Amino acid sequence: MAKKPTQKPQDESRRRFLKYSGTAIGGVVVGGVIGGIIGSSNQKRGEDAEPGETKTPAAESNRDYNQALMFFNQDQFMITEAASERIFPADENGPGAKELGAAFFIDHQMASAYGMNARDYMMPPFYKAEASQGYQLSFKRRELLALGLDALNEYSSDKYKKTFTKLAPEEQDAVLSDFEKDKVNLKGVPASTFFSLLQSLTIEGVYADPLYGGNKNMAGWKMRNYPGNQMSFYDDIEKEEFIKMEPLSLHDHLELG
Amino acid sequence: MATKLPKASVVIVGMGWVGGILAAELTKAGHTVVGLERGKSRATQDYYHVHDELRYASRYELMQDLSKETITFRNTEKMKALPMRSYGSFLLGDGLGGAGVHWNGQYYRFLPYDFEIYSKTVERYGKNKIPKDMTIRDWGITYDQLEPYFVKYEQMAGISGDKTLPPNIGAMSVPFSTGPMKKTPGMKIFEESATKLGYHPYIIPSANLSDNYTNPDGIERASCQYCGYCERFGCEYGAKADPVVTVFPVALKTGKLDLRTHANVTEIMHDGKKASGVRYVNTPTGEEFIQPADVVILAGYVFSNVRLLLTSKLGKPYDPKTDTGAIGRNYAYQVNGASTSAFYEDREFNLAMGAGALGSNIDDFNGDNFDHSDLKFLHGANIRFTQTGLRPIQYQPVPLGTPTWGKDFKQASIHNANRVLAVSGQGASMPNRYHYLDLDPEYKDAFGMPLIRMTFDFEEQDVELVKFIAQKTKEIADGMGATKTEMHDTIRQYNIVPYQSTHNTGGTIMGDDPKTSVVNNYLQMWDAENVFVCGASNFAHNSGYNPTATVGALAYRTAEGIEKYLQKGGSLV
Repeated sequence: MAKKPTQKPQDESRRRFLKYSGTAIGGVVVGGVIGGIIGSSNQKRGEDAEPGETKTPAAESNRDYNQALMFFNQDQFMITEAASERIFPADENGPGAKELGAAFFIDHQMASAYGMNARDYMMPPFYKAEASQGYQLSFKRRELLALGLDALNEYSSDKYKKTFTKLAPEEQDAVLSDFEKDKVNLKGVPASTFFSLLQSLTIEGVYADPLYGGNKNMAGWKMRNYPGNQMSFYDDIEKEEFIKMEPLSLHDHLELG
Repeated sequence: MATKLPKASVVIVGMGWVGGILAAELTKAGHTVVGLERGKSRATQDYYHVHDELRYASRYELMQDLSKETITFRNTEKMKALPMRSYGSFLLGDGLGGAGVHWNGQYYRFLPYDFEIYSKTVERYGKNKIPKDMTIRDWGITYDQLEPYFVKYEQMAGISGDKTLPPNIGAMSVPFSTGPMKKTPGMKIFEESATKLGYHPYIIPSANLSDNYTNPDGIERASCQYCGYCERFGCEYGAKADPVVTVFPVALKTGKLDLRTHANVTEIMHDGKKASGVRYVNTPTGEEFIQPADVVILAGYVFSNVRLLLTSKLGKPYDPKTDTGAIGRNYAYQVNGASTSAFYEDREFNLAMGAGALGSNIDDFNGDNFDHSDLKFLHGANIRFTQTGLRPIQYQPVPLGTPTWGKDFKQASIHNANRVLAVSGQGASMPNRYHYLDLDPEYKDAFGMPLIRMTFDFEEQDVELVKFIAQKTKEIADGMGATKTEMHDTIRQYNIVPYQSTHNTGGTIMGDDPKTSVVNNYLQMWDAENVFVCGASNFAHNSGYNPTATVGALAYRTAEGIEKYLQKGGSLV
C-alpha cells in the first residue's frame, strides 16, 4: 500500500505528483528536495493515462526534423542503416534497428562529445596494448566508424562486386562477420574494434530514450516490456504477476518552469 | 605565484562521504573547516531527468573526466602500463559527494574476521596456510572497537534492514534505523532455496530508505520508490543516502564549513614531519592558492589519496622488490565472476523495478564462516540475488552459445529480458606483494602531474575462490524452480575493459606497524602527525562486501581522533 501522507500536500505540483505517481510520501522535507522534485514530475503511468490524451505535443506534424545528418555522408548513413538492421533485424517481435531510427542515433552520437572522445584520456604516447589494457589508439570513435563504414563498402565491392547496401541480407551478414573476426585489414586498426563499436551503438540506438533519435516511439522498449521512465514502483515491487505497462519517455516527464 | 590564504584549523581534500562526515562532525564540534573539492557542486535538482540510461550509465555523466586524469594499468611488472583511456572495470566519482552519489547503497559492516584476518588465519590453520606473497595483515583495530562508529554511520544515513541478523556476521549493538526493504518474488525464491540448503539468508541492508526517516541531525528523507535507477545515477528523491542530502547540509548549517568546489589539490606542503597546508588550483582560472591548516585530511578515492602522498613526497613509497615502504602497498579489488543464471520459461518477473540495495543474501561462505582446511583459498564471498532495476542497453540476457548479434540474438535477448534471476558472489580480494600502486614514469594528467600506476592481476587464490563460490551459487539457483541454470565459474587474467566493480582498496593501509602501514588506527599518518588519510585506501585487504559501511565507520572514528589531536597534539596511539 502507498504510504499515507502525514501532512497535506504543499502545493499544486505536489498534488500532481501524488496523484500521478500513485505514491504519496508523507511529511517529508529533504532540504527542499521533494518540494522541488515533484515540480517536474507531472507524469502519469501509461496505464493511468486519460483516454484521448496524446503523449506527443506538436501532433499536428508528423515530420521529425531531428531526422537529418549531423556527421555522416549519405553513403555512410545508408551503410549504417543496413548494417545496424543486420545486427538487430526486424522480426516477429517487432521493428529492427532501421525502423527504430538507430542510424540517426548513431549519426548524432558521432557528432557529439562521445564521437570525439571528449571525456577519454587521449594524450600520447600511444603504444600497442595487451588485450587486458583496452583501447589504445589515437583514432577517435567518429574517425574509426567512418573508416569502417567505407571499408564495408570496399570489402563488399571486392568480394561481391556490389556495394554493401546492395547485397542480400546473408551476404551482408557474411561481410559483417568477416569484420567481427578481424579478417579485414582496416589500416592496421582491428576490424573487430570497429565492429564492436557499431554493435554497441546499434543496441544503444534501439534502447536509449527516444530523445536521442533512436528507439522511435519507444518501440524498442515495448518489444521487451521495458517501462522506461516511471517515477515509482512502490506499489508494484512486491507483486507476483508480471505487469505490462505502456512505457514513458523523458519527454513525457518534461515540465519546465 | 600562489596566493597564500588565511590559516584554517582543518583542510579536507575531497568532499565525498569521508569529507562530508568529517566536515559535519568537526564543524558541529566548533572547528572551522575548509573543504576542497576538485569537481562541481551537486544538488538533488540535478537528477530530475536522471532516468536516462545512455547519459548516466553508458556515458558516465557523474564520473571523473578521464581526459583530465586517469590511471595507468598493467597486470605485472613485465608489462608496460598504459592509460585507462575510457571507462571499463571501475568508475571514478567526481564532484560534491564523489562516488557517494552514484553508489547503490548496499551496506555491509565488514566481518570481525576481516579486521584480524592474519591472526585468525594463523590461529585456525597455521602460518603455512598463507601463500607466499599474500600480504594479509591485521588492521590494527578490531570489530568491537569499530562497532560504535558503524552505529553512527547507520543512524546518520538511515540504514534499512532486518531487526535480527544471522549469527555468522558481526553483532550489532543498535538495530537498523528502519525496517528492511520490500521483498520481491525473486528474493523470496532465493531465500527459500538458501533456507532449504541450511544457509542463513537475510535482506541486504540498504541505504535506500525503506521508510521515511529523520536522523539525529534532524535531516528528514523520503522512502525509496523502487524506480530502478541507483547505481551510476543520483537519487531524485534523496531516498538513497548520499553526502549531499545527509552530512553537507549539517556542516554548512554550522557556518563553519568553507566549501570550495573546482579546487584541485596538487600538493601537500610539509617539512617531512608535519604538513603546513595544501596547494590547490582554482580550475576555472588556473590560479594557484596555498591553504595553510593545522590539520590536513586526505579524503579522496583510493587513487587520489595515494597519488597525492607520492607526488608530495610524504611518507615512504612501497617497493615490492625489497618489500619495504608503505605508500601504494596492498592494493586490492573485488573478485566477482562466480554466478549462476536461472532461466524461467514459464514466468516473467518485474525486473525493471528495483533499487540499488534491493536483494537477499547469505554469508555462509564469506570470511571464515566455513572450513578452509581443504581449500586452496582464504576468505570467500557474499552470495546474493539483487534486483537493482535492469535497464535495456546494458542488460542483454541470452543463454550461453547464443550469437552476439543478428536474428537469434534479438530473439533470445527479448525473450529473456524478464525471465532470468542471477545468483552471484561478491568475492573478497586478498593483497599480494606484487599488487600495488605507484607513480607512472611516463603519463601525466592535465596539470602535468604523473598518473597513478596500478599493477594488478588475479592469482590462484582468486581462481579457486571463484570456482568454489560458483558451485554454491549453482546449488542455490538449482533449488529456485527454474527451467534451466547456467553457471559461470572461471576468471582468468584481470582485464580492465569489462565493468566489474568500483570497490578498489588499499595503498594507504592502516595497521600497528609504522614500517608496513601508512596510518595508525585513527588514520593518523605515522610519518606526519597532523595528516590524516581516510577512505577505502586504508583497507589492508578487501572483504566479500561493498566497502562504504566500513569507510563510513572509519571516518567517524577519525573525526574523534582529529578532535583529540586538535586539543592535545601528538600521536594518538
